[in-house]
Amino acid sequence: MSSARTSLGRTVAAHAVLIAYTVIALFPVFVILINSLKTRKAIFGDPLALPLGKSFDLVGYQTVMKQGDFVLYFQNSMTVTVASLFFVLLFGAMAAFALSEYRFRGNTLMGLYLALGIMIPIRLGTVAILEMMVASGLVNTLTALILVYTAQGLPLSVFILSEFMKSVSNDLKNAGRIDGLSEYAIFFRLVLPLVRPAMATVAVFTMIPIWNDLWFPLILASAEQTKTVTLGAQVFIGQFQNDWNALLAALSLAIVPVLVLYLIFSRQLIRGITVGAVK
Amino acid sequence: MGALELKAVGKSFGKTEVIRGVDLTVEDGEFCVFVGPSGCGKSTLLRIIAGLEDASAGDILLDGQRINDVAPAKRELAMVFQSYALYPHLTVRDNMGLALKQAGVAKAEIAAATDKAADMLALGPLMDRRPAELSGGQRQRVAIGRAIVRRPKLFLFDEPLSNLDAALRVATRIEIARLHRELAATMIYVTHDQVEAMTLADKIVVLRAGRVEQVGAPMQLYNDPDNVFVAGFIGSPQMNFLKAAALGEQGETLGIRPEHLEVSRKAGRFAAQISHVEKLGGETLVYARSETHGLLTTRLFGEHDFAVDETVHLTPLAERGFRFDAEGQRMR
Repeated sequence: MSSARTSLGRTVAAHAVLIAYTVIALFPVFVILINSLKTRKAIFGDPLALPLGKSFDLVGYQTVMKQGDFVLYFQNSMTVTVASLFFVLLFGAMAAFALSEYRFRGNTLMGLYLALGIMIPIRLGTVAILEMMVASGLVNTLTALILVYTAQGLPLSVFILSEFMKSVSNDLKNAGRIDGLSEYAIFFRLVLPLVRPAMATVAVFTMIPIWNDLWFPLILASAEQTKTVTLGAQVFIGQFQNDWNALLAALSLAIVPVLVLYLIFSRQLIRGITVGAVK
Repeated sequence: MGALELKAVGKSFGKTEVIRGVDLTVEDGEFCVFVGPSGCGKSTLLRIIAGLEDASAGDILLDGQRINDVAPAKRELAMVFQSYALYPHLTVRDNMGLALKQAGVAKAEIAAATDKAADMLALGPLMDRRPAELSGGQRQRVAIGRAIVRRPKLFLFDEPLSNLDAALRVATRIEIARLHRELAATMIYVTHDQVEAMTLADKIVVLRAGRVEQVGAPMQLYNDPDNVFVAGFIGSPQMNFLKAAALGEQGETLGIRPEHLEVSRKAGRFAAQISHVEKLGGETLVYARSETHGLLTTRLFGEHDFAVDETVHLTPLAERGFRFDAEGQRMR
């Protein structure tokens, strides 16, 4: 940045505000991380102390590794999240393309209908969903979760992506049509790369609730082979006693994959912004 | 190869009619310009020819074949867009070659065609760049190159120079004229700029509110306009419209080009007060307000010193004027 538009005082003030916000936002995560590395006594004795010397203990992580099949739980969570994300983005983008690109009767109404799901929580339909899954024999499968999460994520995806697709130059799509690209090629090769930042945004907003969800895994897929991380971590919460070491260790581990996914998508976001578009 | 014929072509969006029964013939090898104010339907008409919009009525014939139901890619035409519409993720070479690749042409042939087009437009050093790394003028040249590579029967240009600055606009205009001579291809060009229309066209089609007002060669429209609209649209500065009755002339309106309105400090048909003077070096434009006729423009050659608010006398050269009736139609 040029020195004409910045002054030391303002830079310092801006950074102070940003750092303060970062500390507040990351504090709970920080507390979980340090406490997952401490002995049980140290967790309760001084929750904010760093895990140094005597208080350092990996017992939580050892318990997590021993008890339950956490590798499988992670795999399950990852499968469900990635598959749901894929379908949410694919079908959301396709619906958004149709709504933004083609004129047909009831276009606006259809758009509103598809966006209605943003306002109505999918959990209201839990009983009906459960009945449906029982009827179709999908209880205790990951497919059940993927289907539910895809439905849950679609409304926001359609809404955001159709707004973005309206901003993609018509001339570009028409140039593709004249050059003999099919509508599918126009969608996949011209439009999707241009709305990549929007896709990354949708991906982040869709991914986190799916990864963190406890409700649907508990109801639809509580069997041992289909447990997700959040459900698996529940074994450490007992009726009379909680295994805090193990619980905090499981939660700390659960942060990692979602952080990796986030980093991937945020890079896409930045790249999408810097790549030159039409003009 | 490339004669286009429109027969009673119409287009409506819902109840709004944007094109109303257009009949038009564009001969093979002709440079035809659609010109008109914004919203007159010229771009829509071009899109209908390209197949990007369906015509609500009428027939479109290319070389005698009805192409209403033919997909855009199969119409053997190429289009250059105002916003260039280059594929951002492809290099210049791939942008130019995409249509042939889609048509299943062999690689060597595509390379030969793109290299030839690149030579014509001096794009050689830019072939491996992406659109984001090009300037506006370069992008438009690539867009034109992409059209040439396909060797289409018909070139369509949709206001291709509107996003360029003045100097580049002149240079690109000359380039397009040169390409038309070299390729001897049929071209249809949409613009709202009548200077582009006059300098490029073999045939100008003046459109207003979805209707063809007049078709003809540039000088034909300039020297023999059918109605007030065409007379006012073609020619810059705009033609003056005087009240015929006040001058003892026939009809409702007398149209006089700025160069045919004489200015004198001593005597003339009527008095007017100068409101503005523009000195362009080679010529001087004098804007004067008359009580009966409103604001009038006169064009004088060379430099002249007139002061604002000075009263002058104007004399229209009535024999060079155009007479229009109350409906705005020309009286011949």
